[in-house]
Amino acid sequence: MADASNPPPNPLPGNPGEDGRDGQFQKGDVIIRCTDIFKSYDGRPILKGVSIDVRKGETLVVMGGSGHGKSTLLRLMIGAELPDSGTIELFGQDITKLKEEDTYAIKRRFGVLFQSGALYNSMTVGENISLPLREHTDLDENIIDIIVKLKLELVGLRDFEHLVPAQLSGGMKKRVGLARAIALDPEIIFYDEPGAGLDPVMLAVIDELITGLGEKLGVASIVVTHEMHSAFRIADRMVLMHGGHILAEGTPDEIKKSDDPVLQQFIQGKAEGPIPLRLSSRDFAEDLLGG
Amino acid sequence: MTDRLAALGRSGLELYRFVLFAFGLFGGFLYWLLVAPWKGFKVRYSEVARQAVRIGVNAVPIVFLVNFFVGVTLAITVADILRIFGPIEYTGAVMGVGFWRELSPLLTGIVMAGYAGASLAAEIGTMKVGEELMALEASALNPVRFLCVPRLLAVMIMVPVLTLFGNLFGIYGGYLICTGLLDISPQLFYDRMLDPLKVKDIWVGGLKSVIFGCIVGLVGLGQGLQVRGGAEGVGRATTNAVVYSIILIIVADCILTVALYF
Ligand SMILES: Nc1ncnc2c1ncn2[C@@H]1O[C@H](COP(=O)(O)OP(=O)(O)OP(=O)(O)O)[C@@H](O)[C@H]1O
Ligand SMILES: [Mg+2]
Repeated sequence: MADASNPPPNPLPGNPGEDGRDGQFQKGDVIIRCTDIFKSYDGRPILKGVSIDVRKGETLVVMGGSGHGKSTLLRLMIGAELPDSGTIELFGQDITKLKEEDTYAIKRRFGVLFQSGALYNSMTVGENISLPLREHTDLDENIIDIIVKLKLELVGLRDFEHLVPAQLSGGMKKRVGLARAIALDPEIIFYDEPGAGLDPVMLAVIDELITGLGEKLGVASIVVTHEMHSAFRIADRMVLMHGGHILAEGTPDEIKKSDDPVLQQFIQGKAEGPIPLRLSSRDFAEDLLGG
Repeated sequence: MTDRLAALGRSGLELYRFVLFAFGLFGGFLYWLLVAPWKGFKVRYSEVARQAVRIGVNAVPIVFLVNFFVGVTLAITVADILRIFGPIEYTGAVMGVGFWRELSPLLTGIVMAGYAGASLAAEIGTMKVGEELMALEASALNPVRFLCVPRLLAVMIMVPVLTLFGNLFGIYGGYLICTGLLDISPQLFYDRMLDPLKVKDIWVGGLKSVIFGCIVGLVGLGQGLQVRGGAEGVGRATTNAVVYSIILIIVADCILTVALYF
């Protein structure tokens, strides 16, 4: 295996579909490459030229203020929406140019934990997790059952498979969403605020799960989070999104030592600083007076 | 006044756009039903059965209620008119032809617009709002194949079946009036009912019910898929599903009747 600190000269090997599931991707190879992504909603620009690389086996933490486009970036990376311009390569294939059916092979290789959990409300917890297994594998029912139990155990939810999402608490829903995301043993996992709604102990368990998947199985993780303590615990690399751009990027140490005032305000969670409370440029008094 | 006209124009345009979208959805339906299975994407027939029970079986009481009472009312009205000319036993003839080719498909279609169409729009719309559709797509499961195909198939099967029941219920309502209140013998009612009934009336009724089922399903699913915003968007989609299906059913009924009987 190539050393992570010494990536091979050509970081994007050829089409991985040609030689099966594992491709020639090794630890340290770039498996997600976003180049110059622009995205706006109803004429309101959200992403203004975002470029990110993610390597196999690494955990990339994405930070950024609420409403600064983190979830949007994830939606683009999983092919749920198309960018206005820019390319998004997963496993060396530009998903913005593929036909829907051609993205399926790629989609089976990643898992997603949505910010809202996005559990299938008409199904039980067990069915939520087994759905991708039933639909995409020929596994026996007994095996599927065992996998479901294993995944639930990993997120600390033993014996919950018969409940429906409406009977779960917010943090439990998140964990079921996580169990579903890892059901197919994906090579990339996208997490949108995995820690939101979790108690500190559970948060540590999930953090260990995330880092473990990366270290032991070479899973690449893209984690959006607001929990600074957890972010520094799991990150191999961190980026800060601000105003539609990547404002800073680096290892946790580099980020901690950076003297960028926005970055410092963000990671220390201070109310005073260069980040304005309101995104609108108009003066509040003007607003109140109907100016 | 011009405001009202402009609003009317906007609604018309909205309906027109939606109809185009629904045709697109129908194209997707045909693709996932007929073409994609050859590429290894199976149709979920077990889900079709589950949806057919959910949509169809539960609607039997209301279909009965509506067709039966319209049958009773129609029989009394028609008998009153025929009494002027004498032969009230021809009430049976009106019941037979009227229900087979017109009333039962129309009544059942409209009832199902409120029953199945609204529930489909609400169900799919809620899934859209809860990002469940996005989650399906991210797991390489196409929502049209996974959700829409089984539901649309179920509606297209169940609306004709319910229409058939509707016929029987409606005619039975008329039969009770004719034999109970108008002293027409059961045999005479039966003969008069069958006299003018042509095979064409029966298949036209069947064709209509299939098309109405298709409209109810496509409009309900289409409205659900198009939901934007939160709970309020789901509410709007549910209302639209009912209103649009009723409009489209009545227009389609008129077009079919004119095209097939003139
Ligand atoms: N479907 C949409 N239609 C219109 N605007 C949208 C849509 N989705 C997101 N936005 C806008 O895009 C911006 C970024 O949203 P996004 O959900 O990506 O933020 P975020 O960084 O994930 O925030 P948070 O930390 O609160 O989750 C927001 O201003 C939001 O209003
Ligand atoms: Mg978000």
